[in-house]
Amino acid sequence: MSDIKSNKPLFTRRATLKGIGSGVGAVAATGVLPGSLGFAQAQSSEPISIGFQVHRTGIGAAYGRWYSRTTEAAVKRINDMGGINGRPVKLVAEDDGTDPKRGAEVVEKFATQYNCDVAFGTLFSHVVIGSAPRAGELKLPYFVVSEGHHVASGRLNRYTLQPGITDVKSQVKAMAPFVAENLGKKVTMIFPDFAFGHDHRDYFSAAIKAQGGEVLETIAVPPTETSFTRYFPKIPRDTEVLYHVMVGPSVLTFVKELGEFFGPSRPEIFGFIDSLEAVDIRSPGLEFLNGTYFWEGNPRHAQADQSPYDKNFRAAVGVDDRGASLSDSKDVSTYSHMFGCWETLNVIKKGMETAGYQGPADRAKLIEAVEAMTDMAHSDDHPQGAKWFDGKTHQVFGHQYISKVEDGNLVVVHTTSIEDGMYDDEVDYTTRPL
Amino acid sequence: MEFGPHLLLASLEGFVTAAILALTAMGLSIVFGVMRVVNVAHGEFYMLGAVIAWWVASLLGGHPAIGFVLALVVAPLVVGALAAVADRLILQRINYDPDRTIVATIGLLYIIQQTTLMTFGPEARPVEAPFNTRLALPWFEFGDKGLTMFWPWGLSTTSYKLFVIGAAVAILLGLWLFMRHSRFGLLMRATQQDRETALAFGIPVDRVYAWVFGLGAGLAAVGAVLVVPIQQAHYLMGQDPLLLSFIVVIIGGLGSLPGTIIAAVLIGMSDGIISVFFTPTLAKIIATLLVAMVLVFRPQGLLGRRAQ
Repeated sequence: MSDIKSNKPLFTRRATLKGIGSGVGAVAATGVLPGSLGFAQAQSSEPISIGFQVHRTGIGAAYGRWYSRTTEAAVKRINDMGGINGRPVKLVAEDDGTDPKRGAEVVEKFATQYNCDVAFGTLFSHVVIGSAPRAGELKLPYFVVSEGHHVASGRLNRYTLQPGITDVKSQVKAMAPFVAENLGKKVTMIFPDFAFGHDHRDYFSAAIKAQGGEVLETIAVPPTETSFTRYFPKIPRDTEVLYHVMVGPSVLTFVKELGEFFGPSRPEIFGFIDSLEAVDIRSPGLEFLNGTYFWEGNPRHAQADQSPYDKNFRAAVGVDDRGASLSDSKDVSTYSHMFGCWETLNVIKKGMETAGYQGPADRAKLIEAVEAMTDMAHSDDHPQGAKWFDGKTHQVFGHQYISKVEDGNLVVVHTTSIEDGMYDDEVDYTTRPL
Repeated sequence: MEFGPHLLLASLEGFVTAAILALTAMGLSIVFGVMRVVNVAHGEFYMLGAVIAWWVASLLGGHPAIGFVLALVVAPLVVGALAAVADRLILQRINYDPDRTIVATIGLLYIIQQTTLMTFGPEARPVEAPFNTRLALPWFEFGDKGLTMFWPWGLSTTSYKLFVIGAAVAILLGLWLFMRHSRFGLLMRATQQDRETALAFGIPVDRVYAWVFGLGAGLAAVGAVLVVPIQQAHYLMGQDPLLLSFIVVIIGGLGSLPGTIIAAVLIGMSDGIISVFFTPTLAKIIATLLVAMVLVFRPQGLLGRRAQ
């Protein structure tokens, strides 16, 4: 725009207006000009910008709230420790409405409009599956915190990684022996009818079969459902174990109606804590859960042998010993998932430091640095527990917890080893071009 | 589960759906019948009812019944007043022009929904039922020993769900009496039959419209207050009831109150039974198909009158 004067000494009013108009148009159209110019000028003092794709609204809103809090706490900690490569970290948070189409647009905005260094933080599997292809095309490192098996299945791309949370296939493989040995072998499954629920259906069915058990019936429920009693009569009478996992705004209704359906004669119940994330387990109507079992990604209630790392993590995020907000005990966290944001950010930090990351030109180096990671020690960076990262499948493996409900407390009764959840590689992303 | 108990359970679930649906659809039907306004924001008035119920119940401590009863009074009044104001401020200004009222109420839908999102937030919040005991239901069967009674596994309902059905019947009965025997009911029916003549007889049609719009929204709010202890208050909860209410009103006949009730029971029961025995998606498909059939073969609805 400033060239106009020097190039055209005899400028007219019309030419100037045209020039300004086209200049403004170009900036508006690309949206990158000010950002990239600014970045080039301030090489090393410019913050590292992390695009945070957050489910602020839609069916994932409760998770989004806690993913935000955890992410902000983790970024604060990283900045307090001096940032990444001496540069502060800046979050660019944008709501995706828990919607795959919107998710892809958000990823695109991170890459082209905000010029973020990486994108991060998506949970719901359908949003990940909708967004990841765009991240791959734009060559934007995309760190998801989703649990879905889509990363390790080879369905996504080299730029999508899941280094902070284990996937469903690994979780159910680790759990199945406990279910078969302690609860029963005839299982009926209730799960949400989308990619995440289908992972449960497919991999748990296979895992329980390997233990000599069988799945009698699979009951898929749309994640936007608000009334559940109508689904329960499909549970066969000879069910020994009811396996439930549910997401969405109506999880409390789901569990309550489950209790009302069974009354005094319930089978053994094994649930994924997803069915009760962000819900107080002492809510009225949930008394029947006493004596049932839950998978927990990270024990919500502080255990007797709580690690110092878990203690520090709770303090940093603002969560009490029952997994609720320090400022409002009714505001229960999504404790089994949100640690993934914290750990993923620490992986990004470590990856950028190893790669000597300077700017978007080094994105490929960052991917290679993360792919080279293997062991992650139980520490303040990884408060949930030790982990092992598989660079070929872009998926991390870790410990799983099985808790029993006793007087409204979740008490860990079994912790699986990392090896319990391992399976053969289904893909080698490192062979794909960067 | 055996067929008999299974059917009974499905019917009970269907009756609860039908009860709430009858209240909500009745609001939509009255508004259309009297004002000829297609209120696309109706589902949001329903959602507001649930949100206000949560707000009232959480402000008050003590026994959950206190909050619930207060919510049952406060929520419809607040929602009704809000709707009446919206009628005065928006619908009256555009002279109830059919095209523009649809656009205006779509706008209203987004304003209410997004304002709720910004203030109440995106979470689903529960309201505790005033009472909720599980009632196991017996089943009778003819066997070798004659009639025997037994308690099938899983066959149960709750006292609160029965209360919802009873309350909806009572409210609809009250509404009918009010329409038939009160002065305001008379004004409403007069306005519905012929707006011009009503105006000529000195009926303040503008004010009647505001009241009717408030009454319609209030009925949706009552339905929501009744349902919120079973489900939870959530800012997107108005979408399904809106769709179902339209289905009910189209099948029953726009503006026909008995038709609305018959259609609500029909849709609610078929939704309950089909979704128990088959899938909830099939129930929605059949309901929509039914709408198409009614529109093709009986455009005025089951009990509607042909436009003159």
